[in-house]
Amino acid sequence: MSGPLTDLDRPNSYIGRAVPRADAARLLEGRGRFVDDLQLPRMLHAAFLRSPYAHARVNGFDLEAARAVPGVHTILTGKDLEGVVEPYVGVLSHLAGLQSAPQMPMAVDVARWQGEPLVMVIAESRAIAEDALGLIEADLDPLDPVTDPEAALEPGAALIHDSLGSNLAWERTVDVGDVDAAFAADGVTTVERSFTFGRHTGVTLETRAAVAAFDPSTDQLTFWYSGQAPHMMQFIFAKHLGLMEEDVRVIAHDVGGSFGIKIHTYGDEVATAAAAKLLGRPIKFVADRLESFQTDIHARDHIVKGRMGLTADGKIAALEFDDITGIGPFSMYPRTSAIEANQVLNLTGAPYEIENYRARSRVVFQNKNLMCQYRAVGHPIAMAICDCLLEDAAREIGMDVAEVRRRNLMADDSYPRQSASGMKLADLSHQQSLEKLLEIMDYNGLRADQAQARKSGVYRGIGLVSMVEVTNPSPAFYGIGGAPIASQDGATVRLDAGGGLRISSSVTEQGQGTNGILAQIAADRFGIPIDRVRVTTGDTDTVPYGGGTWASRGAGIGGEAMLQAAVALRDQVLDVAAVMLQTEPSKLDIRDGAVTDLDGSERMTLSDLARTVYYRGNELPSDMKPELVATRHYRVTDFPFVFTNGAMAAQVEVDVETGMVKVLGFWAVEDCGRVINPMLVDEQVRGGVVQGIGGALYEECLYDEEGQLLNASMADYEVPMAAEMPDIVVAHVETPTRTSELGAKGAGEAGTGGAPAALMNAVNDALSPLGGRIHQMPMTPERILKALGTV
Amino acid sequence: MSQTQDITVTINGETIHATVPVRQNLADFLRNGQGLTGTHVGCEHGVCGACTLLMDDQTVRSCLTLAVQADGASITTIEGLGARPDTKALKAAFTNRNALQCGYCTPGMLASALEYIESGAPADRTAIREHLSGNYCRCTGYQSIVDAVCETIEGRQS
Repeated sequence: MSGPLTDLDRPNSYIGRAVPRADAARLLEGRGRFVDDLQLPRMLHAAFLRSPYAHARVNGFDLEAARAVPGVHTILTGKDLEGVVEPYVGVLSHLAGLQSAPQMPMAVDVARWQGEPLVMVIAESRAIAEDALGLIEADLDPLDPVTDPEAALEPGAALIHDSLGSNLAWERTVDVGDVDAAFAADGVTTVERSFTFGRHTGVTLETRAAVAAFDPSTDQLTFWYSGQAPHMMQFIFAKHLGLMEEDVRVIAHDVGGSFGIKIHTYGDEVATAAAAKLLGRPIKFVADRLESFQTDIHARDHIVKGRMGLTADGKIAALEFDDITGIGPFSMYPRTSAIEANQVLNLTGAPYEIENYRARSRVVFQNKNLMCQYRAVGHPIAMAICDCLLEDAAREIGMDVAEVRRRNLMADDSYPRQSASGMKLADLSHQQSLEKLLEIMDYNGLRADQAQARKSGVYRGIGLVSMVEVTNPSPAFYGIGGAPIASQDGATVRLDAGGGLRISSSVTEQGQGTNGILAQIAADRFGIPIDRVRVTTGDTDTVPYGGGTWASRGAGIGGEAMLQAAVALRDQVLDVAAVMLQTEPSKLDIRDGAVTDLDGSERMTLSDLARTVYYRGNELPSDMKPELVATRHYRVTDFPFVFTNGAMAAQVEVDVETGMVKVLGFWAVEDCGRVINPMLVDEQVRGGVVQGIGGALYEECLYDEEGQLLNASMADYEVPMAAEMPDIVVAHVETPTRTSELGAKGAGEAGTGGAPAALMNAVNDALSPLGGRIHQMPMTPERILKALGTV
Repeated sequence: MSQTQDITVTINGETIHATVPVRQNLADFLRNGQGLTGTHVGCEHGVCGACTLLMDDQTVRSCLTLAVQADGASITTIEGLGARPDTKALKAAFTNRNALQCGYCTPGMLASALEYIESGAPADRTAIREHLSGNYCRCTGYQSIVDAVCETIEGRQS
């Protein structure tokens, strides 16, 4: 790499360095500011009665005994919020044909999933509110639940919303080239597989939480929440509670994990805000773990039939699949539950040269919790469909799985170009990433180890994935469809009198290190020690307007805005300094918090400059209008998304007696463009891989046919634990994006998007000598033994 | 539901007399009664480990411990861990290796890690991973946490 951004020898050079995060100090001392830590005067606490049935008519409630509990303040039902909350509908105009029904924070006439809020008890403590919940008599008539997405589309299936006339929410097809002719061509070997991707969820260690406070004297709502997109929530509360947007302040301080779970509109949180408005008192709601499992959005839930044709020399002749995905009873507001399916259609096969591509996805209502965007939206499905078919097909024709990729990956010098599905691609490095992966994992050595192990009856497998990740989205993701979601973000940099920088940004922090990299960029570009930079994010009253952190956009979009703001302020400060020092701005620099000559000799400290401007303006020429604050905004133009790419590999050992899978090793090569902080990026990749391992091996929200969630506790829903996880080797190829000066793409979702396919390939590689194969996630011991035919 | 009991408990070296509901767990007592919000509650059924703290120098789940059970005990929460000899080095290792992201599991993770380190156990990655398996972290993938514990043990020995 070359160029000024990676000149690590400059003073205040922070971009590209593993700078520890300043936020760590607070969190390590127990001085975080999570929502449940907040105590306000006269604050009340909310708890919710939730539907025990997946589908039921709501006739009414006997609330008398609950109301009589000492300490109970108010009880509200779904009907009580009619006229208080404007119903919301999760559709977007660019997803043509997507339909959903109006949704209220609590069910009014019909409850449509187990866990849907029915009644809100507001009391002096959460414990008292829960005491009262136990005394409510609910008059509910169970209705036939529709849980299986394929059955939901059968003629005569019960309708979840009569008004929609169908349980089909959305359908999209893609048809490129001549798929039928390609499959029928001589010498094409076709593999066909049925995939099942189970539901799982984010399991943020801090559950969803909110404190709402309303001041009737000014009509102002303040909403502290554990979330990712404050400005989006500002719009939502204003619109649906009948407030002016400028009267809604949304604050997200520390967020205890999010992963996309905390970016949606949840009925219990809207009801909390509505109740605060009705009562004029602060109300706190903190989901317990059962509520989290039942109502935090679930992810995936796909049934896919796919096939791939491979020519004798290993070229992909055609790829085709049919996807059906169950999204629960509503499309989630406002991002919709169709984006995941849309991503699957857009991304499948995107790393490869594919001329013939046909795909269909159907998005289906069902009586389960809502499904929506979680880390790596659609990616694990898309990557698994293509790369698992590719490795299975390669095995069929006797070709090595690395070699088959070499023959199909898009060439690193072939960009910009399009994927088969029409995605604009640029600045990718699949070939280089694959070769680097093979090198760091010692691919040939692992193959030799595998062969040796098999001789002694030990079944090890190696699986790869070549992947893309959607990052830095433009308005094409949500804004064009009418969603109140900003695609641009802003940054403000202010030089204070003491010579330090106060920076703020509309992207948000949930542990990724957003605040840290913003400080790195500002300090680097402005020319100040990083310990003189203070960061504010997550407060609609004080930060520029923007979208927040999601879709791996914080560093790429928020970071570029910060870079531009820091450069602008630097120029403004040098203009002032040049006048004060009677020289030209071009002959000055800012280094280590001082204005210097170009040779680095100090002319004046930034504090001296700022104090002169702020306190003794009389010393400046009267026509001079110094500005020691700069704000810049940035959005991606010309590309709908800035794609990244990666190559990953898993090595597993399958115990064929028990069906247990042990992950022996995992390697990831990631090209996220300019790496701002290699330590933070590596940790994002590792954490992402481990969530991907969770989805591939352990995590599943299990429902019975009645729509009852069977494993809604931490004891029953398995997440990766320290003992089960391997050390993960991470390496980088850096191809900066042409869309920004910073050159950074996103990195936070790559591991979660790619790891499941690599693991499925590794398990199937291990099982192949025994004739077993598995295409269902999670790959539990029972399912592996079934694949082997031993149970 | 409203039955209470008087307890005397030493929290981070300070003796506290309090009247607590007998059904209140230790985590809620510390967080809501004492304002010690560094102890985090993740699952309230003893699985995730976020609420782990030291009671008489042993790790306990404060969500599964009633406040009345702490009567007469000495409690060390995240706010008081700094008084222990290995804490400074462990926190520095966590910082330098980014062994925390959102920070929600961190108080419990530090308590469990310190218990391992103070026992004099070796910097054995497998053993450390086993020991920390009662503490869930959804952000890091655990590797940097294991690295930080190893580094602290190695620094202790040198």
